[in-house]
Amino acid sequence: MPKKGTKSKKKEVDDVPNQQENKLPDYLELQRTRVVCNDDAPIYVHTFICHSSLMAFHLLIMITFITLALHMFPCEIVCLVCLIYCLAYKLNFTYMHRYFYIKRLIDYITEYNSRLPTLGTFAAMGVDNSVSVEKFCKNFKIEINRLTEDDMEFDMIGIDASIANAFRRILIAEVPTMAIEKVFMVDNTSVIADEVLSHRLGLIPPLDADPRLFDYISVKSSELEWLPEGSQLSMSAPAHSGDKQKTFTSFSQSQKEILEKPLGVKFKDITIARLGPGQAIEFEAHAVKGVGKVHAKWSPVATAWYRMLPEVVILEEIKGAQAEELVKKCPVNVFDIEDLGNGGKRAVVAKPRACTLCRECIRPEESEESTEGASEAQESSAPWKQIELRRVRDHFIFTIESTGSLRPEVLFTEAVKILEEKCERVISELS
Amino acid sequence: MEHGSLDDSSSSTFSIMEEDHTLANSVRFVLNQDPRVAFCGYSIPHPAENKVNIRVQTTGDPAKDVLKDALQDLMVMCQHIRGTLDTAVADFRGNKPAEAMDIDLNKK
Repeated sequence: MPKKGTKSKKKEVDDVPNQQENKLPDYLELQRTRVVCNDDAPIYVHTFICHSSLMAFHLLIMITFITLALHMFPCEIVCLVCLIYCLAYKLNFTYMHRYFYIKRLIDYITEYNSRLPTLGTFAAMGVDNSVSVEKFCKNFKIEINRLTEDDMEFDMIGIDASIANAFRRILIAEVPTMAIEKVFMVDNTSVIADEVLSHRLGLIPPLDADPRLFDYISVKSSELEWLPEGSQLSMSAPAHSGDKQKTFTSFSQSQKEILEKPLGVKFKDITIARLGPGQAIEFEAHAVKGVGKVHAKWSPVATAWYRMLPEVVILEEIKGAQAEELVKKCPVNVFDIEDLGNGGKRAVVAKPRACTLCRECIRPEESEESTEGASEAQESSAPWKQIELRRVRDHFIFTIESTGSLRPEVLFTEAVKILEEKCERVISELS
Repeated sequence: MEHGSLDDSSSSTFSIMEEDHTLANSVRFVLNQDPRVAFCGYSIPHPAENKVNIRVQTTGDPAKDVLKDALQDLMVMCQHIRGTLDTAVADFRGNKPAEAMDIDLNKK
């Protein structure tokens, strides 16, 4: 770990130390912002997150030691001590190298001492990798691709995977909807059993009711009534004014006044049960507000998912017959042929967004493995070695498919609100 | 619930009930961006129990305040996301009748 850090530091010290914003070398910038996909399944993903890694601990120790020691001992002795410290971590330089290197390191550290804590990873190179709230607000973008009544696809640029995942989890499990919970059977002579029928009724996609207008079901203790004359259980149901419903629940006012349009089921063609001649089903069902965490019937989305934006890069030119082959290989037509002047053809990337990362274009052909010497010349210019598949780390393509109770953009807004509420809850617990 | 030492308030573990990866991973990410934080992480002691432990070690400031700030930052980010989404939806709806044909070709 120190090795990697010190190598980059060594490079940096040679530059003018007054520069504040430095660019990372290309390979590090690539690792910071892209995920590279190879032909095999990934077993190790490099992540650079802005926290104190082992390198910064070494830096902190060295800084405190050096600033203290420089007051008391001359520079050379401090260098020697640092030399011993580095020896303990088996750095791979010669002694003279280390001496002069450490001398420069001390100058460097005293120069950047004050700026170090705010820069994080890559601090040694002077590159700022932190994501503060102001920066986030400045760089964050949303682009909507498709927005219909039922589903929506949009891009979120500049956000981290942990927050995108939090939204996905909330959309699936914690946005409340209404679904049938209790079914009171009056008559069921069909071949479907009562409980199976009830189960099916519960799974009907959440009703066309705005769950924000409802509260969770709860029995308040104010509803407990004292019965001075003894049990009333055998009494028949008291008549309510004009209501045809039975009295297992009663509402203080008719719900017609709260809702603008009559409650209904959104999809009218779902078969609940099939009846034979002489069979009948009669029941009353009560729908209740709930969340997907408790039972999946309350999940407001058919599903919600995201993927990172794919990036397809052609490293060396692919021409002629190989280009045509490449275009044919890709099942989603990511590549396209560009005609050059003299009748030559070149492959270009036409629709990188459509790439599903099936890795067909970078898979070596099977026939190449069996032939030996003859294909060596071809292998270096093989098309599968010239293409690189990558994913952009902070660009997410979100897709939300709603089941109909709420519009997809409203669903996402609710999910964001729920994350805010969670934060507020923890804050109030802490204070 | 905060578990920490009485004399050193710069590192402590916060045990939160009824939470899971949804909040904990987001808070961990925002905490990492804070320069006052020396170490932060979260763990779920047992998947059957709805509890999450968030460990925060800072370079001097009390861990509770740093965590509170991180949560506030997360809330600000959420509000910003909501606002951006609303404007994006309004723009999309505004442009839709005019560009109903072009959207498929351009945005792909």
